[in-house]
Amino acid sequence: MELPAELEARIDEVITHFPVSKRSAALPLLHLIQAHTGYIEDDAITWVAQKLGLEPINVLELVSFYPMLRREPAGKHHIRVCRTLSCAMAGGYELLDTFCKHAGINRDHNGHGAHILKSEDGKYSVEFVECLASCGFAPVCMINDDFFVAVTQDEVPQLLEKYQ
Amino acid sequence: MVSPTRTPHPRERRIIFKNIDRPGWTNDIGCYLQDGGYEELKKAFTMKPEQIVNEVKASGLRGRGGAGFPCGMKWGFIKPGGTKPVYLICNADEAEPGTFKDRYIIHQDPHQLLEGMIISCFAVNARLAYIYIRGEFPLGAKILENAIAEAKEHGFVGKNILGSGFDLDIFVFRGAGAYICGEETGLIESIEGKRPYPRIKPPYFPAVLGLYMSPTIVNNVETLCNVKYIVKIGGAEYANIGRTNNTGTRILCVSGDVQKPGYYELEVGGITIGELIYDVCGGCKPGRKLKAVIPGGSSAKVLSATDRYTIKTKQADGATLESEIGLEDVRIDFDSLAAVGSMAGSGGIIVMDDSRDMVWALNNINEFYAHESCGQCTPCREGSLWMKKITERMLHGGATDQDTGTLLSVADNIAGRTICAFGEACSWPTQSFVAKFRDEFVATAGKTGNGQSGLLSPK
Repeated sequence: MELPAELEARIDEVITHFPVSKRSAALPLLHLIQAHTGYIEDDAITWVAQKLGLEPINVLELVSFYPMLRREPAGKHHIRVCRTLSCAMAGGYELLDTFCKHAGINRDHNGHGAHILKSEDGKYSVEFVECLASCGFAPVCMINDDFFVAVTQDEVPQLLEKYQ
Repeated sequence: MVSPTRTPHPRERRIIFKNIDRPGWTNDIGCYLQDGGYEELKKAFTMKPEQIVNEVKASGLRGRGGAGFPCGMKWGFIKPGGTKPVYLICNADEAEPGTFKDRYIIHQDPHQLLEGMIISCFAVNARLAYIYIRGEFPLGAKILENAIAEAKEHGFVGKNILGSGFDLDIFVFRGAGAYICGEETGLIESIEGKRPYPRIKPPYFPAVLGLYMSPTIVNNVETLCNVKYIVKIGGAEYANIGRTNNTGTRILCVSGDVQKPGYYELEVGGITIGELIYDVCGGCKPGRKLKAVIPGGSSAKVLSATDRYTIKTKQADGATLESEIGLEDVRIDFDSLAAVGSMAGSGGIIVMDDSRDMVWALNNINEFYAHESCGQCTPCREGSLWMKKITERMLHGGATDQDTGTLLSVADNIAGRTICAFGEACSWPTQSFVAKFRDEFVATAGKTGNGQSGLLSPK
């Protein structure tokens, strides 16, 4: 697996954050690689294992555990809508549906562990996530790394417009 | 876009949230220094570490993450002069549904957290510290990394801090979407690069055996900020805020069916549930009545508006007085909420009015725990999923008459049978919802329907 020199330099720097055990760097490295590639390929797992002197299973077991790590690419813009109680009471489920409708995403599965739902053109993907810790300003969502509170269904088309 | 800016309510006493939404306030070190920032750190270096530990003990500060464990006692488990290095971890994995306080400290006042952390590291002699921030706070992680770099430039982090001879490195560690990482031993496993399976107890405290098999202190964001304030005013003075055994302020995070939800910093025990809802949060929505309150994050047992509690209070002459109170008269502090069978937990207060279907609400909570169980212990891995399946089929009309009893028996067989407190956290909602709203569960289970699964919106 080829990584840009800049990213490799960043990876080498992050490993120094863990003077006691290089293994600690496994999750931070996976974050960096996913931010670069968009998801975690098989090659990335062996690459991280080799880099840290681990067996690939030590890395795979993290990828298969943590919900934020993906084995397949998300859409160009990834939308996370909060599913948990306070947001659900404020219309989180309807918000998710509205995002799907306007992003052209066919949503027929209500649950976790499903593949990330993507629009056909690959521009948007949507994911129902658990509490995003802003319950007093529900419903909330994230688009990529940006965070939005008290989102109304009417705002959805404008929001999507900003992410081309 | 972090939160709608709002002015503090007159009943608030803002100490930790002093700078949150403050006009003209920015999260850079220049603004913090202009406001007297890092003065407490300088003061701490004039004290001996044991003195700081003693001040924190005297303050009565209890952990703000959920368990409410006395912070000074936790620190006291670290024996000075040990041969192993000591580590400190700031638990910024804020993920308990209903809780939203640490996010605002991290985003708007990161140096307050760093100052509290550096003082705490000096007190317990930790030379390496991590801030474990949940993966869903990417901006928060960047803000903290930037704040650490600024603190380093000013000589507050790194080698020989302010000429004290004390060295400290702080790094940010990002989680990746798993609630279980908020459990301190799961968090430690996560930093060690493993799956975040909570560790078998004993040892009960990471202070005995924690990160890399060394003594480790894990403290919540809000707790560490309080340490800075304790150094400022002294432990004895701090203990005057709030009530005996429930000292200081707490940031109460109110969400759900009130007119003015949001965060409010109040003296611990300085307000009742009724005052919070009606005086501070503007009451229920028009035409609605209070039905239920979850007082300490979704894991806390639900309280019903029709509950009556018998409370024992100690009188000045030492006699105990028994009185009967309702939900609205329950004080919001650790001991009062424990006395009515719930807990102060993480300070997340979820209010539900009479438009809410309790089976629907519990099902939403059950889905959370079914998703977040780490899968290590069988009762929790299987039970959390079964509880969700049962409440879901009740809602879809595919339940049987026995389902209310089955639901309860599943919950009863999780609590107390797991390695970590997640077992209790996932069964307490079911146990309390069914106990307090049994009729609703029985009625819903009795409905017939097509049993099809699908989207469960609140309607």
